[in-house]
Amino acid sequence: MAKIKVEGLTKIFGKKPKQGLKLLKEGKTKDEILKETGLTVGVNQASFEVKDAEVFVIMGLSGSGKSTLVRLLNRLIDPTDGKVWIDNEDLAQMNEKELRKVRREKMSMVFQKFGLFPFRTILSNVEYGLEVQGVDEKTRREKAIQSLELVGLKGYENQYPDQLSGGMQQRVGLARALANDPSVLLMDEAFSALDPLIRKDMQDELLELQEKMQKTIIFITHDLDEALRIGDRITIMKDGAVVQVGTPEEILTNPANEYVERFVEDVDRSKVFTAGNIMVRPEMITIEKDGPRVALQRMKDAGISSVYVVKRNKELVGIVHANEVSKAVKENAADLKPLVQKDVPTVHTDTPMHDLFDTVSNSPVPIAVLDDDNRLKGIIIRSAVLSALSGNEVNGNA
Amino acid sequence: MPEWYESIYAWFESLLNFVPRIPLGSWVESFVDWLKNAQFLFDGVRGLIAFIASDVFLNFFQLIPPIIFILVLTGLSYLLVRKQKSYGLPALVFFGLLLIESVDYWDDLLLTLSLVLTATLISVLLGVPIGIWMARNNLVQKIVTPILDFMQTMPAFVYLIPAVAFFSIGIVPGVVASVIFAMPPTVRLTNLGIRQVPTEMIEASDAFGSTPKQKLYKVQLPMAKVTIMAGINQTIMLALSMVVIAAMIGTDGIGRQVYYAVGRNDIAMGFEAGICLVILAIILDRLTQALNPAKK
Repeated sequence: MAKIKVEGLTKIFGKKPKQGLKLLKEGKTKDEILKETGLTVGVNQASFEVKDAEVFVIMGLSGSGKSTLVRLLNRLIDPTDGKVWIDNEDLAQMNEKELRKVRREKMSMVFQKFGLFPFRTILSNVEYGLEVQGVDEKTRREKAIQSLELVGLKGYENQYPDQLSGGMQQRVGLARALANDPSVLLMDEAFSALDPLIRKDMQDELLELQEKMQKTIIFITHDLDEALRIGDRITIMKDGAVVQVGTPEEILTNPANEYVERFVEDVDRSKVFTAGNIMVRPEMITIEKDGPRVALQRMKDAGISSVYVVKRNKELVGIVHANEVSKAVKENAADLKPLVQKDVPTVHTDTPMHDLFDTVSNSPVPIAVLDDDNRLKGIIIRSAVLSALSGNEVNGNA
Repeated sequence: MPEWYESIYAWFESLLNFVPRIPLGSWVESFVDWLKNAQFLFDGVRGLIAFIASDVFLNFFQLIPPIIFILVLTGLSYLLVRKQKSYGLPALVFFGLLLIESVDYWDDLLLTLSLVLTATLISVLLGVPIGIWMARNNLVQKIVTPILDFMQTMPAFVYLIPAVAFFSIGIVPGVVASVIFAMPPTVRLTNLGIRQVPTEMIEASDAFGSTPKQKLYKVQLPMAKVTIMAGINQTIMLALSMVVIAAMIGTDGIGRQVYYAVGRNDIAMGFEAGICLVILAIILDRLTQALNPAKK
């Protein structure tokens, strides 16, 4: 079930938004409406679903309406038209009181420039959400401290925001958003104001936290690299409209139109693709049942000079090379085990391609790609790395 | 002016003959007369102001022997600036007040101080809520702004006339005229301070589900505090500047001495009374600025 469902969500800024809405439904573009009526279309009939516990990135350049869109999701801006379903309740129809309840209990927001209160201590900033709910002082203090611990800011409780660096301030912003344990986290360009290095750390930490917390995160960014790094799914926006929704891979390999294509053109693919994305299906020999003859035949058929050896459950044992196997066959040896070389280059399926270059270039044999249980999932050959970098289809079989 | 030009001028002038003399003054006068029907209301206000100014402030100040008064104020100002390690303010308070006492203006000082404090108190009690209302409602802002402009630009002397009409003479009309003249900065800067709170903070406050009241007390007012304090500081200074003018309608205090001195062309008295006002002004200004947490 979708956690959040957005249907035809539209925001038009100006004096008579209904007029613009009509034109919009007739299919006029943002520019045409501006010229005709002077109205600005902020968000144009956006529709998408966000699944529970996924990181959903909304990405677009400035002026694409992404910041407006996220504010429509918690009604910091009232929509002109459309629906926002959160756990099957339509936020757009709620009265003030119901809306406050949702904001207090279900969704929190993290802001680009942190939005911390400079006259409050770190602790009291983090307590804010609980304070307005009327939680008693002892409980909210405990929860705030837990939340600060979560983001690694224990010991800074009594400092003031301006005594902290940008990265630390945004951790406070994150802690504040987490303190009232919402199920939805709205992050509006949360890391955009940070230095590149700190930004990367924060992205890693967010993903780490997300593994524990399993929140539904809606993350706004203008940075495609960031979107691809942290997003389970990405929405690309242009002129207030949703252009494409898909996984990072879908967006990269299958851009919906020219706009997205131009967008993803410059992406450093090596940072996006992982070993799992570019590996190919391997030939393998099962140590329990296959002998040297089978191994040799397999290598001849596939035209390769070495083959990986696994157990029945696909757990990797090692590799055998054609010249040694054929020697063994000539000597009529029946056992493959002495021929297996245990020292083979391996990587995890989640290893980014960026970190593979070294291993790939230094290894005479294809690299084994393993999952968490050391099972052989695939192999990486040099040509696959090159074709992935050039943007060609990479998931074919070798 | 040559004759031919005069006749041309007269012709142009005759073009405006259709506009009758607008009796603006008598309209306002009849309005003020009509307002007198509510004299009981003004009597109530008069009683209240007299109570605050005379019975509360003045009586309290008069209970304190000058030397204690001076030492306490010096001590307070020391506490305020202790962290900045600059002791100019306590020194100023100590020697300044000592000078006023030595030239025998102590009683006048207390009265003037009572008047200024009463006018400031009323200005803040009225001005801050009006400023908050203005900040939250654009229509209110549109209506109140020209009224504030009017209050500030109308020559202060003019207020004295209705003030006397409604509140007779003495300290009360002085306070009323001061309030009208001195309140605008508090209203304006309260409005400004609240409107200047960064959008993200307002959004943060809203996003966590604050009620409008929580937003006001927990975010907007604390954020606007520095600006509001600057407005109150201005209000105090303007109220002080009214005390000499208020002397014209019989308000006692240092202002009365200045007024007399002008009438008698008495340089010695004029300078002494004047310097006392300057000292009081500087002390009040520096004290309220030191209260302001702007310089953290």
